[in-house]
Amino acid sequence: MLFQLVKAAGFMLGGVIGCAAYFWGTSFILDLMFPSKGKSGAVASRNLRITNAIRPWLFLGPALLALTVYLIYPVFMSLWYSVHDRAGQNFVGVSNYAWMVNDGEFRQSIYNNFLWLLVVPALATFFGLVIAALTDRIWWGNIAKTLIFMPMAISFVGAAVIWKFIYDFRPEGAEQIGLLNAIVVAFGGAPQAWITLPFWNNFFLMAILVWIQTGFAMVILSAALRGIPEETIEAAVIDGANGWQIFFKIMVPQIWGTIAVVWTTITILVLKVFDIVLAMTNGQWQSQVLANLMFDWMFRGGGDFGRGAAIAVVIMILVIPIMVWNIRNAAKEMKGH
Amino acid sequence: MNPATRSPLMWVVHLSVLLIVALWTLPTAGLLISSLRDKDQLAVSGWWTALSTSSQNTVVRAPGPESQVEREGKFVISGNLLEGQPGQISAFGFNSREPTAFKAGETAELNDGEKLTVQADGNFEIVSDKKMEGSRGQRVFVTASSPPRFTFDNYAEVLGAENIGRSFINSLTVAVPATIIPIMIAAFAAYALAWMPFPGRAILIAVVVGLLVVPLQMSLIPLLKLYNGVGTILGVPAKTYVGIWLAHTGFGLPLAIYLLRNYMAGLPREIMESARVDGASDFDIFVKIILPLSFPALASFAIFQFLWTWNDLLVAIVFLGAGPDELVLTGRLVNLLGSRGGNWEILTASAFITIIVPLIVFFSLQRYLVRGLLAGSVKGG
Repeated sequence: MLFQLVKAAGFMLGGVIGCAAYFWGTSFILDLMFPSKGKSGAVASRNLRITNAIRPWLFLGPALLALTVYLIYPVFMSLWYSVHDRAGQNFVGVSNYAWMVNDGEFRQSIYNNFLWLLVVPALATFFGLVIAALTDRIWWGNIAKTLIFMPMAISFVGAAVIWKFIYDFRPEGAEQIGLLNAIVVAFGGAPQAWITLPFWNNFFLMAILVWIQTGFAMVILSAALRGIPEETIEAAVIDGANGWQIFFKIMVPQIWGTIAVVWTTITILVLKVFDIVLAMTNGQWQSQVLANLMFDWMFRGGGDFGRGAAIAVVIMILVIPIMVWNIRNAAKEMKGH
Repeated sequence: MNPATRSPLMWVVHLSVLLIVALWTLPTAGLLISSLRDKDQLAVSGWWTALSTSSQNTVVRAPGPESQVEREGKFVISGNLLEGQPGQISAFGFNSREPTAFKAGETAELNDGEKLTVQADGNFEIVSDKKMEGSRGQRVFVTASSPPRFTFDNYAEVLGAENIGRSFINSLTVAVPATIIPIMIAAFAAYALAWMPFPGRAILIAVVVGLLVVPLQMSLIPLLKLYNGVGTILGVPAKTYVGIWLAHTGFGLPLAIYLLRNYMAGLPREIMESARVDGASDFDIFVKIILPLSFPALASFAIFQFLWTWNDLLVAIVFLGAGPDELVLTGRLVNLLGSRGGNWEILTASAFITIIVPLIVFFSLQRYLVRGLLAGSVKGG
């Protein structure tokens, strides 16, 4: 164990020194090969041009290499694997996709993923917006915000344990130690094994992600609300608008852009949701989602890489519209600068 | 300044925020309180009753006839039903239909002429005129109330027996290098993308923005194959710490480059130009001016990346493995959910150990986290 820590520290130090040596060393060699100091005007300016053309690529080199190996190459390879058999050797055309369309569990996952997509971003953004608006008006708003933001630091697995404890079920008549069932029983209801109720269990799982993501939405929307010009609100007050009107008709329309960013960011996260489902139900009781299904086929389904990759491609396709939208926005902003 | 702040509606605002805060903190509070409770109490009463004396009905079996002693012509079995635990017995019985038929201190006449006396402190006596027979002890139903008990036993147990300590070290081994290495690489790239003019720069920035949202799932199968191939060629295992550090580096780079580039692009141009006039090279400018000025953005990304790598489950089980020696905390916790699903004392204590480090990071460095979020999202929109 100690050896492991020493090794980690060693690698870290080695990595940092290696990086520094690479960046410093390549710069040094470049300056040595094309010196611009102490040379005559024409040579100096030619060498300066060359070093200026090469240096950005030296700075970018390691990052481009890592991005290519870990993200770009895999995207194309996943496409390739998705049209090959389980071991990735024989071309099988679209049969993995054909299997997928006819597979009951895949359809269940798609259906559940759409439920998640409809509910989680909407609720998290809505709660975030309301909480941001409310906490901006009270003196202990910052403390409240910190506490609501806190679940963001908790892992999905940790959150799953926290909520599984809340949903804990004991048979009727026994003392309930799960908060939700205790409340239900206190109001005279019958205790339920919440996470085993088909269809509804999806919502009990979504509650966990909403709980985690509301803080993120709140922080960003709170900053956006503070950025609204004071005059627009004052004008509305003078015109006799009430609190609701000011909020929904004056403030919200001015931050649509930020709301969209929050919404899409959470949407991406929802598409990749895996840990929560794995820890809570592992896809049982009709709560399967794409990311967990993919994991099942990669490992537990006997390692069918073809089908696993096909499911990954579906997740990627669902992400592409948001990716295009993001790139467009970034391009627009770059032109604005 | 706002008329609404003086209206009675303010009370509604205070109350609703209070309610929301309660809703958002109680789940975690319940976990923490439960992890500190005695495991027998945790199993029978909700954590919100942790401070009250709990009363529970249990069945205990007295020692069998082999432990009887002869005293003054009578046969006696004696002992303590609570087995030394603190608590008070209020009622007892020997029949499941009337488990509370007798009060503590009373004597019950059992079916076969034996007499059972149970005291409030748990001491009991079974007295019989003739020698008792049979192989099993008398069943006794007791209603015992026990004072609230808090203990660190649950933590001691999971750290020792459940290998949580080992996983804690594993998580640390994964998270720290996986946080430091991408920062170095990303900072240089971000500087090039922000301040060095070269053809294709705009396209590269667009690529980075696009890669921000590529699902991790796309990378798993090809990288696993790649790692297996590299492992075979070099004769090393495919699942190593180096492998997972580099994987986290690759997955974290788009956000790192994006955040740092946005921040560096906002630094004043004059500083760099005056340094260049003084004869400083790009390398000098970057190391001596840009890096120190970018500290807030570097800190923001470091926090994101640390939280993400510490909390990650998927990358860890795919690239590090699920064997008992390699499991990180999140993986260990998922396993415990399967194997010890009903043992809440183990689950709550383990879960708290996994979330304590991110919580400390969160509360101590929240400022940078918020700043990073804003830089990443508001500007990006």
